This record gives sequence, C-alpha cells and structure tokens, in this order.
Amino acid sequence: MSVIQVNQLTKTYNETMVPVTALDHVNLSFARGEFTAIVGPSGCGKTTLLNMLGGLDKPSAGHVMIEGQDIAVMEGGALVDFRLHNIGFIFQSYNLIPVLTVKENVEFIMDLQNKPRAESDARVSYLLDAMGIADKINLRPKYLSGGQQQRVAVARALASKPKFILADEPTANLDSKSTETLLELMANLNEKEQVTFIFSTHDQRVIDKAHRIIVLEDGRVISDTAQTKSA
Amino acid sequence: MKQFIKLAWRNLWRNRRRTLLTLASVFMAVVLSIAIRSLQLGVYANMIGNSVRFSTGYLQIHAKGYWEDQTINNAFLANAGLDSLLVQDPDIALSVPRLESFALASSGQHTKGIAVSGIDPAKEDAMNGLAGKLIQGQYFESGSDQGVLMGDMLARYLQLEMGDTLVLLGQGYHGATAAGQFRVRGIFHFPIEQINGSIVYLALPDAQALFGAPDMLSSMSLMPRGSAFAENTRRQLESSLGDTWEVLPWQTMNKSLVQEIQGDNAGGIIMLGILYVVVAFGVFSTVLMMAMERKKEFAVMVAIGMKRWKLALIVLLETFFIGVLGVVLGGVLIYPLLYQLHEHPIKLTGTVAETYHQMGMEPIMPASLDPQIIITQGLTVLLIAFLSATYPIWYIQRFSVPETIKS
Repeated sequence: MSVIQVNQLTKTYNETMVPVTALDHVNLSFARGEFTAIVGPSGCGKTTLLNMLGGLDKPSAGHVMIEGQDIAVMEGGALVDFRLHNIGFIFQSYNLIPVLTVKENVEFIMDLQNKPRAESDARVSYLLDAMGIADKINLRPKYLSGGQQQRVAVARALASKPKFILADEPTANLDSKSTETLLELMANLNEKEQVTFIFSTHDQRVIDKAHRIIVLEDGRVISDTAQTKSA
Repeated sequence: MKQFIKLAWRNLWRNRRRTLLTLASVFMAVVLSIAIRSLQLGVYANMIGNSVRFSTGYLQIHAKGYWEDQTINNAFLANAGLDSLLVQDPDIALSVPRLESFALASSGQHTKGIAVSGIDPAKEDAMNGLAGKLIQGQYFESGSDQGVLMGDMLARYLQLEMGDTLVLLGQGYHGATAAGQFRVRGIFHFPIEQINGSIVYLALPDAQALFGAPDMLSSMSLMPRGSAFAENTRRQLESSLGDTWEVLPWQTMNKSLVQEIQGDNAGGIIMLGILYVVVAFGVFSTVLMMAMERKKEFAVMVAIGMKRWKLALIVLLETFFIGVLGVVLGGVLIYPLLYQLHEHPIKLTGTVAETYHQMGMEPIMPASLDPQIIITQGLTVLLIAFLSATYPIWYIQRFSVPETIKS
C-alpha cells in the first residue's frame, strides 16, 4: 500500500523573465518501509521534489497525496501540524538547535506533539541507543562531530514516529566512516520501524544501500528501478 | 510553555556580550528615565508644596465669589458647623483659618503695600512651620495683642527692628477704616522672597479687630492626610456646604504655577522621548540580529512542525527577558539613590538658586519617591522592548521555509 502518491506534480518558478520548470508532471508512489534514493545531476529537481513531498513548498500543479490527504491544498497551521505528526526531516547541515542538548533536541518534536514525559523519555532513550550516541545525551551539538550530529538529526526525525522521512543529501558533509555508520543505523531503523526513507543524494554509498532508485533529469523521472539490498 | 521559556532564555545567552550590552542600555534607560522623572516631579511637588503651604493650602473654602473678588467684604462668619464638618472628614488632616486682606505698612518715612494675614498661630505653624522660620523674636501665643511677625526683607525695607512699631492702614469690613499700630514681635526668613518682602502676620483676633470683622474669616485652607486631595473630596465638601460656599483646589487658585509646571513638564517629556528613541534602536538592533542570525534555525523548526506563532512567542519572550531584567535591575538599583536625594535634596547655589528665589521657590531639587514613576518608566521601557520585536515577529510570519533552509 502506498504511503505517498504523487500525481502530475509540476513546479514552475516564475521569478525570472523565463519561467523555469523544476518538476514536470512527475508521477510517483512510495510504499511503507521503502528505502528510496532520488538521484540526478544538480538542478534536476531533487530538492524541489522533497520540498513538495514535505509540504514545504506548493506545487504549481498536481497533487501530493499522503495516505489519502492532499497536502498540496493544505495551508498554514494545518500543514505544520500535518508535518509534525507525519513527516520527519533530515538536512544536509544537521540543523540541530544549538542551545538544546542531544536529549532536548530529540524530545523537542515530541514536546510539540504534547507527548507524555514518560513516553518521550523512553523514545529518546531507545533512539539514542539505536543511534549509538546514548553517552552524548547531555551534550550540546557543538561538542559532537558531524557524524554524531547527523545521528542526532536522524533520531529527531524518527522521534515523532512519522510515516516517512525526507533526507536531503544527509551524508554530504560526512566522512566515509561516518557515512557508513549512519547508513547502517538508518537501514536498521528502517527495518525495525518500517518507516519510509526518501533520500536525495549524489552519494554512491547511499545509492548502493537504497532499495529503489529514482533518477530525475530536467524535472522529469527518467528511471525508477528497484534493486536488491546490498550485503 | 516551559519549553519555550527554556529556549528563549538560552537563546539570550548565545552571545553573552551582546545581551549584556543590550541589558546595559535598557538598564541605563530605566535609570535615566526614572532619575529624570523623579527629580522633575520631586521639584514640582516641592514647588506645589511650598506654594500651597505658604499660601492657599491644597483646598480652600471661601464664601461664594471671594476668589473672583478678593475683598474683606466677602469674608464669612466662622461657625461651629463648618468646623465640625471639617473635623469629621477623614481626608482632611488640618484646616487653617485665615483673615486676609491688604494694607499700607508704614514706619517713619517708609511705606509699602503689603498683604496682612490674620492667623491661628498653632494651626498656621502646623501647616507651614512658621514658628521655625523666625530668626528673631518670638512666635505668637494664643489671645490678642500679640504684635506682628514680618519677613526680614520687609523689616529691612521699613527699617524696623524687634520691638519697633509698625503702622497698618487700610480698608476694613464694609468700608470701615482699618488702622492700627503693632509692635514687631518677630522677624522671619522664608526661602521665598515674595513672602519675606510683602506679608505680615497678625494673630487672628488682632486681624479681626484691625479690619473691624470680629469672628470673620476670608478663607479656610485645608491640608490632606495623604499627598493630595482627590477631586472627589472637593466635590463632596462643596455639596455638603451648599451653594453659598466655594471649595477651590490649589490649581484653580495658582494657575501660573500650573502653567509653569506644564511647560517644564512638556520639555521633560520630550527629553524622555529622545531617550526612549535611542534605547528603542539599541534593543531593536539586538533583537533583529538575534532573529536574523537564526533564520535557518527558524525555518528548520517550522519545517519539523513548530507553528510560526510559537516561534514568534519565543522571540517575544527573549525580548521580554531583556526588558524585564533591565527594568528590574534599573528600578532596584536607582531606588536607594532616589531615597537619598529625597531625604537630602540637592541644594542649588549661585544664579540658579537666585532664580528659584525670585520665582518664589525653595532652591532645592528633591527626588520624588512616587512608585508610580518607577512603574510608568519601567512599563514604558518594557513596551519599547516589545515594540522592538515587531519586525522579527513580522518576519517569522512571512519567511519562506524552503528558500531560508537553502540560503
């Protein structure tokens, strides 16, 4: 069953004299528990597609249906609430809140969801254990390495028990060892929690780990292939 | 809410030096605005206090029409009913009877037109400390044939000394001639030149005898229990006394002082306004920097599910913390200084003191301890701090999440 259904998704930017089409009638669907990489050259529309899937930007035409709800027509607070309960985000530059500790960063999103303290404490412990950073729980992000910060970001994205996670170039700022570790951890959590992961990436190591690879070029899907899991 | 307070407080200390500098500017604004306002209002209160104690009182009761036509013919008969009404009023601390008129004061070849004030010695002393202002001689006792008290300036002008005789000549009640000789019983010195050089005091029975107006008074001056009478007290008195009386506040009887204070007050408020503008820019620049350097963080927070109004609330809380810290510190630290200046006012000297004397004021600058000043200035600075957050809040409501994350 698909978690996300994208129909005729089009995004045109009219900020210059010549309109630029970033996404051109894209049709896609993502099933529960998928581990998908969206690849393609710079400017092909990867980030735009992620922004549309995450409800961060509005399409010029088409629909983004998430379990039957079209987020393309949602506005303001309702859309923010929808993201809070359904979508997790991982950014290239980690983007943790620097004044909060690791624990507070992860529980931040659960506080926004008004989860009971005991439940959020248990979830934080579980996720930080799973990400291998339980010993960093009371540190602020500036005392962590890039790889550790990105692991906190993954824990934060998973904390709200989202239906899917959007990760925009999550390994771009990481060294190869950190990338390997992070991918391994994400793959484990993907399996355990059955959360759909959608990456935009140039990183071959991420592509190798993906179950499905979607190639975009000039805003169009030129290939969409499944691949067997790497060992 | 706890989460927002925690975030706002920690955000404040991201750049400790900048926050401390902003706090210092708010602190200085509060200190300066309270100090300026407190001294200004303290001086006004002193001016008003001097004026009302030495002349009208805060309220004055006359026969209807006296204030418009201040002749002894408009005096009224002292009566027990009025006294008992005033004694029973809980807002009135003191009621001071006077019979006031004008006369020509003469001694040898010297004459001068002066005000003659017939007074109840004990009550007058309680109102303005007249006995304590004597530099020679003795204050009045009860009864008649007490002689006259005069200011040192007038005594010099008329070349009179203790024990000399002063002749007073004027018009008495209903056209009778007012003429009498009075021994100089005491010479006083007031800080106010107008009183020193143009008034003599007689005991009330002596003044009533001089003007041929036995048991008559021209006014009853009232002093409040607190710092001033409420307008309501005046209205109640007027209504209790009836149509044949008038109860006037000092503002009606001393319009020139009111205008003088209003003019000076406007200047003070403009000065405060300039100060507020300077502070507003200081706080605004900090709040703006604090917000703009976190644009990306704001965008991420909105992306992951934080509503924009909650983000705006955090920025508002940050501004609130800066404002409240500065206001509380400023208010707490300035109070001891104000207290010192209230108890031991700055004594003005030189030409400034001379100007004060000429204007009939004591040349001192006391500070007012009215808590309203601290509250008003504190709230004003706090409001400025909040207004400084307007632009960042507006920005938070409008920024584009994907563009800001990409930036």
